[in-house]
Amino acid sequence: MIANISLTHFLIVTTLMFFTGIYGFLTRRNLITLLMSIELILNSVNINFVVFNRYLYPDQLQGHFFAMFIIAIAAAEAAVAIALIINIYRRFTSIEVDDVDEMKY
Amino acid sequence: MQDTMNYTFTVWIVLVPFVIFLLTGLFGKWFRPVISGITGTAGLLISFLLSLYTAWKYFFPAGAEHGPYEVLIAARTTWLRLTDRLVIDLGVLLDPISVMMLVMITAVSLMVHIYSLGYMKGELGFARFFSFLSLFTFSMLGLVVATNIFQMYIFWELVGVSSYLLIGFYYERPAAVAASKKAFIVTRFADLGFLIGILLLSYYTGSFNFSDLTNPDNPAFTGVASVSFIGLSVITWSMLLVFMGGAGKSAMFPLHIWLPDAMEGPTPVSALIHAATMVVAGVYLVARMFPIYAFHAPDALTFIAWVGGITSLFAAVIACTQFDIKRVLAYSTLSQIGYMMLALGVSGYGGEEGLGYMASMFHLFTHAMFKALLFLGAGSIIHAVHSNFMYEMGGLRKYLPVTHITFLVACLAIAGIPPFAGFFSKDEILVAAWDHSRVLFAIEYFVAGITAFYMFRLYFGIFWNQERHYHHTPHESPLTMTIPLILLAMGSAFTGLIPFGTFVSSDRIPFEPEMHLNIAVPSVIIALAGILLAFALYRKESLAAGKISASLGALYQVIYHKFYIDEIYLFVTRRILFNLVSRPVAWFDRHVVDETMNRIAWVISVSSERIKGLQSGRLQHYALVFVSGALVLVLVILYNLL
Repeated sequence: MIANISLTHFLIVTTLMFFTGIYGFLTRRNLITLLMSIELILNSVNINFVVFNRYLYPDQLQGHFFAMFIIAIAAAEAAVAIALIINIYRRFTSIEVDDVDEMKY
Repeated sequence: MQDTMNYTFTVWIVLVPFVIFLLTGLFGKWFRPVISGITGTAGLLISFLLSLYTAWKYFFPAGAEHGPYEVLIAARTTWLRLTDRLVIDLGVLLDPISVMMLVMITAVSLMVHIYSLGYMKGELGFARFFSFLSLFTFSMLGLVVATNIFQMYIFWELVGVSSYLLIGFYYERPAAVAASKKAFIVTRFADLGFLIGILLLSYYTGSFNFSDLTNPDNPAFTGVASVSFIGLSVITWSMLLVFMGGAGKSAMFPLHIWLPDAMEGPTPVSALIHAATMVVAGVYLVARMFPIYAFHAPDALTFIAWVGGITSLFAAVIACTQFDIKRVLAYSTLSQIGYMMLALGVSGYGGEEGLGYMASMFHLFTHAMFKALLFLGAGSIIHAVHSNFMYEMGGLRKYLPVTHITFLVACLAIAGIPPFAGFFSKDEILVAAWDHSRVLFAIEYFVAGITAFYMFRLYFGIFWNQERHYHHTPHESPLTMTIPLILLAMGSAFTGLIPFGTFVSSDRIPFEPEMHLNIAVPSVIIALAGILLAFALYRKESLAAGKISASLGALYQVIYHKFYIDEIYLFVTRRILFNLVSRPVAWFDRHVVDETMNRIAWVISVSSERIKGLQSGRLQHYALVFVSGALVLVLVILYNLL
């Protein structure tokens, strides 16, 4: 079944996912939503890795491993980010990104 | 050179004061001040005894005649090896004049050390004072035993520094600070000439060592005799420049301006540095290089004679009008050093011809005794009446008997009354001057009279005259101060009897100078006339002196203001140098150099003001910039835009 889908279609999907993530990251104001946007970006990259691996070097596994690593790192990153967000909430009683702009000139 | 090894102990004459300087300078504040004083004095005593032993061993070799004295290198170590030919050594050179100077310096320094134990008692910085004294003594001893001109220059600067430190000893007094700076700057300026002279001389002769330079047969000189610059040979030029350094240190006209001001220092310092030892370094320098002057630069020697003659006259005239007793003594020092320079300048080389050389060294030796005595006596007087001015003194002979007698001895010695020391040495100088130039001879005769006059003006003004109202009854100084006075008075009375010619002569071969009664008798009469004049004017309170000075009018004012030399210097520096050189340079610095830097800083500050908005603190703003940048890069790479 997967063989019927061409590489281009996969790439279209991942590109859409990637720019949706970028768009969300730039426009959303809620820190949790920003985190979700980052997950979208990471996962689009994951799909790219796996798909390229499958189509270009079907007998090798590097792409898969890269995807595994990224999943693990994304989990860790989410943990750290949520911890940060909790602290930000305690400090500012808000998780709106506009309220957190103390670190400036 | 057979017994050079036996003289290696002479290194310790120089090094002991240095060790004492380090000890008292570093650890002095941890002990009671008097410990530093006693350590310094004990160290000096060691140096003095070693110097005496050296002199005895050098001048009285066992079972030998007073032969030609050898020049010994008692110790030598290579300090800098720049190239194979250019090597700078440090060492100890012994010849008659350096041995004589060793004895003289350590003797006077020892007296001053003992005296200072009493004089400086209770002063703040007692330990500092003694460590500086040791530093000075070390430097001065290192200077006189220098084996090469470069070592001499090093110690030359060191004595300058210690003089600076000691003049500015009372550093909370602005006058002392100004005087120390003045002394340092004027002598430094002169030393610039000295350094250029050294470089010229060693460039053309290829050696720093005195033993090469002062060898009359050194072939290096014949090669460069033809090299000349503006009418004078290059050797003459370099020797004139070397003399400029000597003139600065010895306060010869017109570089003398620092010495009278240097009297701001403590009186024992004036006695040691600014009367007996450091200021004669210039004379010693000329004496050390004498063969070069005599054989290769006779023009420079004539110049030295005239500078000495003019200085002695000029300073003696000023001394008559001053009221600060230390300043009178300072001008008299100038005048006497002028005598020594003159004697060197009129001297030839070898035997009777070299009489001036021997007379100069003789006068240097005796002058050190009586001038140190005069200054220490003045210190004792100042100690008793708490004033420097002779119009606040008078009738002190009752209160200060020891100071009175010793001061009288010193005055008789400097006035040249036989049998005191100054008579013999001054007589030799006059004889030497007679053989060379009648004009200089006449000047020196006249100066001898003035010297007697101003010294006895001081003596009668202080010890006789009208008794003043004192805050408390003056009392004689403690034993630590009077003992050095008595010892130095004995020196002033008897050192003239030393047959100096058998020890020191220009070619190191002993000779017996004759007594010239036809010159000695008139000089004594002139001196007595000066004394009588002073007796008439200052023995009692009288208006005569004031009337005479008033009748001289403008002339007196000019002399009283020291011929306005200080004002001329100020005019030259303030008006001419500051206006024509310093101001344009300062303008350039402020408006070109600084302005360039300010403009650069301004550009950076304005542009950073513009772009600091980028650092907004907004996360998404950063992200947008980052993403746009990444996109631009991608586009550039994809479409090969660059």
